[in-house]
Parts: sequence; C-alpha cells; structure tokens
Amino acid sequence: MTAPKSRGSFLGRALGFLYGRPVLGLVLLLIAPLLWMGIIYLGSLLNLLFYSFYSLDDFTGQIKYDLTLSTLQQLFTSSSNIDIVQRTFVMSIVVTIACALIAFPIAYFMAFHTKGNVKAIWILLVLLPLWSSYLVRVYAWKLILAKEGVISWFFNALGLQPVLDWILAFPVIGGTSLSSSYLGMFLVFVYVWLPYMILPIQASLERVPKSLLQASSDLGAKPAQTFWRVLLPLTVPGIAAGSIFTFSLTLGDYIIPGVVGAPGYFIGQMVYTQQGNAGNIPLAAAFSLVPIVVIGIYLAVAKRLGAFDAL
Amino acid sequence: MTNSVSNPAAVQLENVVCTFGTPPKETKAVDHVNLEIQAGEFFSLLGPSGSGKTTCLRLIGGFERPSSGKISLFGTDASRLPPYQRELNTVFQDYALFPHMNVLENVGYALMVRGVAKTERVKRAEAMLEAVKLTGFGMRKPAQLSGGQRQRVALARALVNRPKILLLDEPLGALDLKLREQMQIELKALQRELGITFIFVTHDQGEALSMSDRVAVFNHGKIEQLDAPKVLYDSPRTEFVARFVGSANVIPGNLIGRSGMYALRPESIAVLEGSHSGANRLQGELLDIHFLGSLTRLEVRVGNERMTTMQNVTPTLERGATITLEWQESSLRKLEEAV
Repeated sequence: MTAPKSRGSFLGRALGFLYGRPVLGLVLLLIAPLLWMGIIYLGSLLNLLFYSFYSLDDFTGQIKYDLTLSTLQQLFTSSSNIDIVQRTFVMSIVVTIACALIAFPIAYFMAFHTKGNVKAIWILLVLLPLWSSYLVRVYAWKLILAKEGVISWFFNALGLQPVLDWILAFPVIGGTSLSSSYLGMFLVFVYVWLPYMILPIQASLERVPKSLLQASSDLGAKPAQTFWRVLLPLTVPGIAAGSIFTFSLTLGDYIIPGVVGAPGYFIGQMVYTQQGNAGNIPLAAAFSLVPIVVIGIYLAVAKRLGAFDAL
Repeated sequence: MTNSVSNPAAVQLENVVCTFGTPPKETKAVDHVNLEIQAGEFFSLLGPSGSGKTTCLRLIGGFERPSSGKISLFGTDASRLPPYQRELNTVFQDYALFPHMNVLENVGYALMVRGVAKTERVKRAEAMLEAVKLTGFGMRKPAQLSGGQRQRVALARALVNRPKILLLDEPLGALDLKLREQMQIELKALQRELGITFIFVTHDQGEALSMSDRVAVFNHGKIEQLDAPKVLYDSPRTEFVARFVGSANVIPGNLIGRSGMYALRPESIAVLEGSHSGANRLQGELLDIHFLGSLTRLEVRVGNERMTTMQNVTPTLERGATITLEWQESSLRKLEEAV
C-alpha cells in the first residue's frame, strides 16, 4: 500500500487531523471574525454604552466613574434633548416611509420586468451613486437646493416661483430656501438612502415565485387583491430589512443635518459634539443608546406583526 | 356523460399559435392547435417536455396569451381574458400554495377575494378539506405539510369555488410512485363524482392512458393524435405516437416485404425457439433478458433493427440464441408519415 498522495505535506496532515474534528475546524475558521466582532466591535460598543451610566463633573469637566442614572435622566428631562430625539425620530420615520414608497415600484420593475443584462444594468444604476463619496453628494445637493440652485432656477424658469414660495412658507418643513429647510434635508436623506431600500425589496420580490401570483389570479383575485393579499405580505421581510437600513442610517447621521436643513441638532450631531468639543462622553453615550433601543423595539414589533414569517 | 350536440364545448381552441422570444430566436411553443374538450370530460395533454402541452394548458388558464387563434370557454371567446375572469381553476405543478397563509386560508382564498363572509368561507373550506381527507390540518402552514398533503390542499383550493373546469399541470409529478398511483385513482373518482371537466397535463403515458376519457398527444407544438386511450394504444397513427405511448416496435416495411413503417406492440409478439420461416415471422438474435416481475422483456436483434417483446413466462434461453418472433396480422399497424 502506498500513502494517498498529498498526505505527506504539512497542510495535508493538518487537514487530515481536522477532518475528524469538525468542531475544532469550525472554531479555527471563525476565530478571526469572532475576535473582531466580539472584542473590537461588541466590546467597545458595550463599553461605550456603559459610559451612559457615568456622569460628567460640571466643575472639573472630568468623568466621574460612579454608576448613576443622572446622565440618562438628563437626556429625558432636558426639553432641548427631548426635542433632538423627537426631531431625529420623526425625520427617520418620514424618510423611511418615503424611501419605501419610491423604492417599491422601482424594485418591482427590476424584479418582474427586467432580466439578464438589463437587470444587471439596473442594479448597477441603483448602486452607481454609492461609487462617489457621500460627502461630495451631500454638498452637491446643498448646491442643488440652494436659493440660487438649479431647483430654484427651474421653478423660476417655469414661472412656478410662487409654488416654491408657497411650499417653503409651510411651518416646520419650510424655510428661507430648500437647502435651509427640513424639506430639503428630507429630500437629501431620501436620495442618499434609497439604494439601501431598493435592493432588499428587489431581492425579496425576486424570491416570490411567479406561480403564486398566477395562482392568486387564477382563484379570482383582481390585480389589486393579488398585490395586497399575496405580493406585499411576501415582500414585507424585504421592506423591513430596507427600512432598518434607512431608519437607522437616518437616526445616526450627523453630516446631512449639518450641511443641509434648518438649524436644530440631530442625535448624530449631538453625539459628535458631546464626545468631541464638550468632552461629555457619558451624555454622548446616552444619546447613542437611543437609536439602539429604538431599533430594538422596532425589530421586536416587526417580528410580532409577522414581518419575518415569510423568511 | 351529459353531452348533447347543442351544448358548446367546455374548451375550444381554434388555430391557436403561441410564440416565445423575438424573431431571430423565435420558438413556436404551440403551433396551430385545434382542440375541442367536452363538458365533463377527463382530458389529458400528453407529450415529452417542450412539446407544448403545458403552454397549451397555460393558454387555457390565461397565463399566456395566444399569438394568434381563438380560445373559447363554453362558447364565449376568452382569448384575451385575464385568469381572474375565467371560470376555471388550476392545480399548479409546484402547487403554488401561499406560504404566509395557513391551509384553511389557502383553501378559502377564492372565496375571500369574492367577498364571501368569513363564517361561510370557513365552513366551505373545511368541507373541502374533508373531501380531500385533510380534516384537522386547517391551522397548519404549507411548509408543515408533506408533498402529498400539499397536493391535496392545492386540489381543495382549486375546487372550493366549484369551477366548471379544472386544469391540472403535472400535479402528480413530484410524488413518489405509490402515492402517485393512489392519487390517480382518487383524482379519477373525484372527477366522476363532481362531473366537471378535468384537463390534465402529463408526460407519463401510463397516467394519461389510465385516467383519461381522451388524450391529445403533443409533439413539437402540434397534436399528433387525439383519441380515446384504447384507440391511441391500439392504433397509433404516427411513429412518434407509437413510440411515446406504450413503446411500440417500429418496423421498417422492407423487413417484412412491405412499404412504409409499421408498429407492433411488444406484448403482441410470441417467441419461438430456433429459426422458423413463414408469414408474420422474423428471425433474430436474443440480446438480453430482463426479468420485470409479472413480465419478462426480451431484447432481440433482427437484421439492423432492435426489437422488444414482452412475455408472461420467462423463456429458458441463453443470450445469443437464435429465436423467431411471431405475431398475428391484426397486431400490425401501418403508420402514417410524420405530420
């Protein structure tokens, strides 16, 4: 008998050793990602959140390492802080709804009316904005939305300036120009996060067998009934996945609210300034706790409503 | 059966053509098909894959539009009607059960979209589940059912609104042999009991022969022969039908001193040991013997042709032996040229 070939090398022997020990093999395979996710990611995240139970000494500006709820209390009792949370929260919801409404028809078209190369081109087009820097696109939008920008110019050229003025005259969402209004901020958010909504919805639509839609029609359902009773329920996991992206990205963003839109802090900006200039890491940590808790609740509710049943 | 001449056919196809693809790579899936299916008939569309039988069924169901030609249901033109406006229901090949609904909701779906009240809906869906022997499974999701149970749910769902025509697209294809045979018997009994038209697509000739009142044999998008199973088996018109339905021996006429092509069923051939001459006899070399249980199949080489015969008793013959095949004149069928 001759030994099987390649068993002589070190690699060959190592593989042979691992062959009979699947658990050891799995541990070796996962050790790098486990260390990365476990220590560097989860560890530092938990550490940060732990800071929200410390407080800042107002006199010395030093962090007091005693466990206290005063920082969290500060978050929920100061009306300006509540305003920030509320503002961010409402914007995230509105942006998510708008993204879902715009993304669905595009995803539907891509999933059911394109194939082969045409589909690939559409996916490329959806992803294309992500090739350029996010900062560049946000600043570009600031110019587009500015008082002297192309949108204003367009409204003017069509003689629709009064319409734009009328829109901007709305309280809360309006402002002196689109680029300094919440409406403008909303437009930029929707533009920037749209690909993250289109792709999950498109993927979930692709997974719906065509025969289900045909069966629905065969059983007498009109197209609208097929949409509400069959297609939409089966696409909910995709919409949920997309909305987690758009919702949490809006919730944590600190660039767009700083560049476009009305004054008034968002959670992301608050975290940024508190941990930076103010050196108030406990309050920054308390603010970063908010999106995590909100997303957690959102996922729990979505699961309860059966959003993931069709997965 | 309650057919009368004045009643219009349940389904009528007139010169129906269905093409897929764009001109350079165009394929005619269904090529000038004419077909009339009577009310209450168990009608099968039989053919190999790609022969156009499924497309034909999908045209009747409304899932494909004919490129030209006319499809009528009970005498009214339905060529352009969407599926939800056709008075027929379909059992899909993959069953197409809604995964997010339980069995009861699946079965009651046709009633729900028509606005039938919930209590009535549940009552009728449960009655339907009882009819397919799935009482008590209403709360399960399709994923929790076996293949055979899913098949029954699909059947119940398609029948709950009492359609006049039921389309079945290879519904038994995914089941194992034993279950398939059982479902064949049940389907046939169900059709007899309900008295509605069943249009059944299959590539299994045994299935088509055993269940159907009439069978249309498809090849290359055309119907090669449309007849009752017995006629189809006894008198195949073309070489394709002879080979596809019951695997006949196709003998070139020159082998037996005639012109044209002839079909001869394996079980119509008797085997004699040694070499004997005479009319309706051929000498050959025994290539192989396959014992199949109730029957034994013999592979024989006659000249350059290979022939098969089925025998009730296993002959005590060695491979390579010289034998004589013998048949009755009446068993020989002259075949037409391919259409």
